[in-house]
Amino acid sequence: MSEVALNDRALGTTKSTSRAAVLQRLRLTDNIFLGLTRGAALLVLAILSGVILALVIGSLPALKTFGFAFVYTEVWNPVTEQFGALAPIYGTVVTSVIAMLIAVPVGIMVAFFLTELCPKMLRRPIAIAIELLAGIPSIIYGIWGLFVFAPFLQKYVQPFLIDTFGNVPGLSSVFEGPPYGIGILTAGLILAIMVLPFITAISRDVFDAVPPVLKEAAYGLGCTKWEVFRNVILPYTRVGVIGGVMLGLGRALGETMAVTFVIGNAHKISASILQPGTTISAAIANEFTEAVSDLYTSSLTALGLILFVITFFVLAAARYMLLRLQKQGGK
Amino acid sequence: MASFASNPLYARRRRADVVAKTLAYAATAFGLGWLVLILGILLYNGIGGLSLDVFTHDTPPPGSDGGLQNAIVGSLMMTILAVVIGTPIGILAGTYMAEYGRHGRLSQIVRFINDILLSAPSIVVGLFVYQIMVAPMGHFSGYAGAVSLAVLVIPVVVRTTEDMLNLVPDTMREAAASIGLPRAHLIVRIAYRAASAGIVTGVLLAIARVSGETAPLLFTALNNQFFSVNMNAPMPSLPVVIFQFALSPYEEWQRLAWTGALLITVTVLVLSILARSLTARK
Repeated sequence: MSEVALNDRALGTTKSTSRAAVLQRLRLTDNIFLGLTRGAALLVLAILSGVILALVIGSLPALKTFGFAFVYTEVWNPVTEQFGALAPIYGTVVTSVIAMLIAVPVGIMVAFFLTELCPKMLRRPIAIAIELLAGIPSIIYGIWGLFVFAPFLQKYVQPFLIDTFGNVPGLSSVFEGPPYGIGILTAGLILAIMVLPFITAISRDVFDAVPPVLKEAAYGLGCTKWEVFRNVILPYTRVGVIGGVMLGLGRALGETMAVTFVIGNAHKISASILQPGTTISAAIANEFTEAVSDLYTSSLTALGLILFVITFFVLAAARYMLLRLQKQGGK
Repeated sequence: MASFASNPLYARRRRADVVAKTLAYAATAFGLGWLVLILGILLYNGIGGLSLDVFTHDTPPPGSDGGLQNAIVGSLMMTILAVVIGTPIGILAGTYMAEYGRHGRLSQIVRFINDILLSAPSIVVGLFVYQIMVAPMGHFSGYAGAVSLAVLVIPVVVRTTEDMLNLVPDTMREAAASIGLPRAHLIVRIAYRAASAGIVTGVLLAIARVSGETAPLLFTALNNQFFSVNMNAPMPSLPVVIFQFALSPYEEWQRLAWTGALLITVTVLVLSILARSLTARK
């Protein structure tokens, strides 16, 4: 306001006209600014719609040629131009399931440690370290997985699995075949390491949001730390933890580079998780620039569309649950 | 005490507690172990190849020595352009949600969509930009790479801007409004200034996020073996070069891939620690 007064004096105009002009100008800039911000907010919506639209248009040729059968056909033959998405979908789902089986219990236990067991002094450094793990780019996991982790698995872990479960009925086919090092299991394990920090971070946040009164009441009754966690904290935060898990699942489903390095890129479905396979994102990353024909490109885009639809619903469900928890906490 | 210990129920409960605690300790050691292992091996493999040549020589043909100069320059150019495009859009959109329509329907929808964009698979963004830029233009380009990175920058900046503006106390806004400050001035002069550290944090986090992104660059910027600052042509970037070199059978290339990986990781870690310390001081 002081500026307005200064301008007044400097311009030497009468107070009433300059004031009207200034107010007019301010109103104009106000409206322009509002328009800009709203435009930017709408642009965020436009980006999402644009992504969906571009994927749908790009995959039309493939969907027209193969119809719905695209989703449940296993053949992927660039030479005869026969494409089906079943093998990548299968690989995406199985690697993500392996990742979640490991990362969910471990991630929740780390969060348990951070909220209930950890000495106060160590809490922040450990939390930061776990978050740094989340910040490492996926290509680093990829190169590390290819040169360090896969050879280790090939040499020590996979022969052990084959020897141990090779003769167990039911499990023998799951752990069958030569130890390649790369394959579905390796990809799943790397995904588990990548997803772990996400699950830990969100679980810790929701555990921290539990009202201390509830915990204190349980401790007052003589509950052990584990009992408080199991019977008070977990039930109270169930929705939030599930939301965090879904968020991690969304990451695992769409993760590209780490998987591309170690999955083996084989368009086939094998019962054994030690065999190479492929995932949707790995197939796109590996083949898109090599795809010469339009139908090939379109089929890969259709894969992208399927991936986007799946992750969209998983992430939407995750956000919905976390939002519900927020509202519940706000009450 | 002795009677407690002898009671089988108490003994069982205590055992369960000990087992659970041990598992929690083990889980944390497991999680931290990977960080140490990954960083350690990265350092071990990457530091040997680190020399001035890495920054002053271009990527070599197979079987000879060289550096990563063109890839580093390409990455820098695309990241800077992505930030230049993405940051204003992100800040403005975040401003709308925090300052104008905090509880409005549009804000709720944008918040939801933005959260989904935040964790959407980045390779899909690559496909999107391929469809809208590479296919119509008929060639891969650094511009397309920068745009796909910008699409990843926007949600990070939107999110942090909104969060940080929400932390600014309403009493400050009321004080400004009570002396007649128009809304736009209030936001720019008061709210932005109060939230500046947080907003800068968001931009740093966004840079950290995109500097390691590979998937969206694979078929937008593609790659280029030679030094090029022409953003209308295919452009090399560190992550894509790492991808190509790591999967090659040539030892020199693999060594460069490790060095590049170390460079990216150090960049990302420094950026995220910097971002954290900015808000921690607040």
